[in-house]
Amino acid sequence: MTRTAHDKGGAAVHLTELTKRYGNAPAAVDAVNLEIAAGEFMTLLGPSGSGKTTTLSMIAGFTRATSGRIEVGGHDVAGLPPYKRDLGVVFQHYALFPHMTAAQNIAFPLKQRKVGKAEIAARVADALDLVHLGGMGDRLPRQLSGGQQQRVALARAVVFNPRVLLMDEPLGALDKKLREQLQGEIARMHRDLGITFVFVTHDQEEALALSDRIAVFNEGRIEQVGTAADLYERPETLFVARFLGESNVLTGTMTDPSTLEGHGFRVAVPRTGASGGPSGPASRTASVVIRPERLTVLPADARIPAGHNALRGTVSGLTYLGAHSTVTVELDCGERATVREPAAARSEISAGAPVQLTRPIAHGVLVSG
Amino acid sequence: MGENELRGGVGLRLWGALVGAVLIAPTLIVIPLSFTGKASFTFPPESWSLRWYQNFFTDPGWRDALLTSVRIALLVAVLASALGTAAALALDSGRVPGKGLINGLLLSPMVVPQIVAAIGVYAVFLKWGLAGTTLGFVLAHTALAIPFVIVAVSAVLRGYDRRLEQAAASLGAGPLTTFFQVTLPLILPGVLSGAVFAFVTSLDEVVIALYLQSPELHTLPVQMFSSVTVETDPTIAAASTLVLVVTTMLILLPQLLRRRSPEETR
Amino acid sequence: MTATTPLTPVAGTVAAAARRGRRPRGLLLLAPALVMLLVFFAYPVADIVWRAFSEPHLGLQNLRDVFADPVTLRVLTRTVVTAFGVATLTLVLAYPYAHLMTVVSPRWRAVLMALVLLPFWTSLMARNFAWIVLLQDGGPLAKLTGLLGLGEKPLLGTAVGVALGMVQVLLPYMVLPLYSAMSGIDRRLLSAAASLGAPRRTVFGRIYLPLSMPGVVAGYTLVFVLALGFYITPRLLGSPQQSLIAQVIGTKVEKLLDFGGAGALSLVLLALTGLLLLAVSRVARPASMLGLKEED
Repeated sequence: MTRTAHDKGGAAVHLTELTKRYGNAPAAVDAVNLEIAAGEFMTLLGPSGSGKTTTLSMIAGFTRATSGRIEVGGHDVAGLPPYKRDLGVVFQHYALFPHMTAAQNIAFPLKQRKVGKAEIAARVADALDLVHLGGMGDRLPRQLSGGQQQRVALARAVVFNPRVLLMDEPLGALDKKLREQLQGEIARMHRDLGITFVFVTHDQEEALALSDRIAVFNEGRIEQVGTAADLYERPETLFVARFLGESNVLTGTMTDPSTLEGHGFRVAVPRTGASGGPSGPASRTASVVIRPERLTVLPADARIPAGHNALRGTVSGLTYLGAHSTVTVELDCGERATVREPAAARSEISAGAPVQLTRPIAHGVLVSG
Repeated sequence: MGENELRGGVGLRLWGALVGAVLIAPTLIVIPLSFTGKASFTFPPESWSLRWYQNFFTDPGWRDALLTSVRIALLVAVLASALGTAAALALDSGRVPGKGLINGLLLSPMVVPQIVAAIGVYAVFLKWGLAGTTLGFVLAHTALAIPFVIVAVSAVLRGYDRRLEQAAASLGAGPLTTFFQVTLPLILPGVLSGAVFAFVTSLDEVVIALYLQSPELHTLPVQMFSSVTVETDPTIAAASTLVLVVTTMLILLPQLLRRRSPEETR
Repeated sequence: MTATTPLTPVAGTVAAAARRGRRPRGLLLLAPALVMLLVFFAYPVADIVWRAFSEPHLGLQNLRDVFADPVTLRVLTRTVVTAFGVATLTLVLAYPYAHLMTVVSPRWRAVLMALVLLPFWTSLMARNFAWIVLLQDGGPLAKLTGLLGLGEKPLLGTAVGVALGMVQVLLPYMVLPLYSAMSGIDRRLLSAAASLGAPRRTVFGRIYLPLSMPGVVAGYTLVFVLALGFYITPRLLGSPQQSLIAQVIGTKVEKLLDFGGAGALSLVLLALTGLLLLAVSRVARPASMLGLKEED
């Protein structure tokens, strides 16, 4: 890489009321607003069909927005064809030109920008080194492994110093080990290049591992934007809570601002719910979300510490997983709860044993719906 | 059992050999016949000579017909492969209204009886002053050949990843650069075989050519037709042999080229 | 694009231009080919059909003549019968051949395919000439019938000779759709049927044959339709007394300059062709028979 990449830095990407409709079907992307800061690593996370890839495709210019604005570095790019947007794009299946060598692929964007021959050679060599493929420049894509092809695709997408790099499930086609290795390299590239990364994935672990912030997509809308910790600890919607990590969910009605009552249970909830949580009429439907590792299993006759909720139930399953064990409890109210505990031999917990589940009231998160 | 259920027995193989012989053998008998020493179609020939080849290349009637055919076929190959490739690309991108109707039109030369097309073209081209002209032949043959080019290019496009064009665009290549540096090199095998099909279609076309011919301008198949209906002249055997050899080579050439780089067209 | 480029002022016009350009680009690429086919193929065909109603004067006289003239009706019947015979014989020859293509090794498959494709593309005139040599009096086939004790029968200028030539010319059109349908049959279905106790005959009759039917229908229709309009082969191998419809159309134009009468016969031929293709279009689309991609 030349120095200019660092001097130029990343560009902010602002999406305003961005919408994509195909015919009369429900909008594929529905009035999405998202502010991505310059130099940020933003992940668009969601199940397939949630609109994340369409959003990325609109930023890249492959898909025309039905309405809304896309600003890159403060300029509206909606009217620009993709080849004038100057954004790096890494494709799901790499999209390397099969008739060009790795070096020719990487040189391609530089040739389009009329860079001189000597400089192209130098920058291509630098880029190959950057992705640890020095000496492999003469190979055709089909002579490279999947991981190597992905590295060439990365090098090709950044060699012309774009200020934003868009990535569409770039690791989707690779096996787990290779994926983790390349995750590390992507993180390193983000640090070194200092440009804005927009990363699309449906893999929540990948999103949590890489991102500064994550935008969770569902049915064409953004459910929540926040850091990995925000989303995990303070989900604003049931969808986010369920999509990221495991959750136990109890759904009921708010009988007063700090009590959730449902079929066969009554729990105290923190008054300061999430911003999307219920704050209006007391009788609103709401759910409390509790992560499995926040619950403790106690014998049925144990005393409940102050400031804790307790729910009664029966152990239905116990799985020893080395570092921790998972306990499945059929609650008396009819729900099933999962608890993750540090593994330790506890004679009082065995299948069929009556138990109570406790948690500090403050550790529950209240979400609407 | 398993894999080989309903596999080929001896009977099936014999039948295959018989049908293969029916397909290929009748055509091959023109080769020995072209070396006959006598002015007759007696088969097998009783004496041998090269005189019919000599006649083919020296007789003005045969030589002019050959040159006319090659000239027209080359023009048709260029024109049809350009228009057909463009059409195949448009159809593949899938944003074409009335696709069924368009496909029907593109296909019609393959199913409309040639005699109907021939007398229609004859009647219309007489009015337009195109009958008996090189331009007339080229236009009529190009219309016939375009569907073959579309079929050939469409086949290659099916294995062609359109995201490569998006990739090129994201790297700064405009539509023209993308076409010439990415799309064309990758679909070239299809375009080339389309061009060969167009060339052969024109070179071999006889019904329309029979009607468009003039005393000054006629193609090789027309010369062959007149020759066989008028006289017993084994020059037609020499002409048939040469056409067979040339078209076989032309058809096999792209297949061989494609086999050498099977993965580049994926 | 760099941060200093003033994009915003021009963005509106670029956007408008891109919007204008996007839609018609597909049509723009299609237009030359479409115009070519419309002007130099479809229009001439439409013109000759129109002449059926307009020459020598406006009316249905030409069509009435077609169905009133016993000679023309005989020609029509002969053409349809010939087409049936040719298509049936072609199917009988091609079905086992196409099946053989699906069970042999790839190398042999390539050879069998080459045997089909070479005549498909090599000179029609050369092949018709070859048949003249084969069928001529005292020619190889006449000698063969003599050897078989059938006597040296004349073949050139007979319906049998015409049919033989047509079968050979049309065989590839039968083999290709059959092979395409058969190679798409999941072989595991056959093993499954066998494992369920079906003998080979049943496996073929109940599983393989029904699954290959689309190919049979496509190939049969294609060969039938092409045989209906065959011109060169019957003209060179047949006799004027045994004319098929295409020859009569040609003669009307060449000898009588009767474009109206030729147009009426063309219309009948086109209608037969169109109705047949329409009738089978549910089972087999002509586009897919010939390898054209068809969507939606």
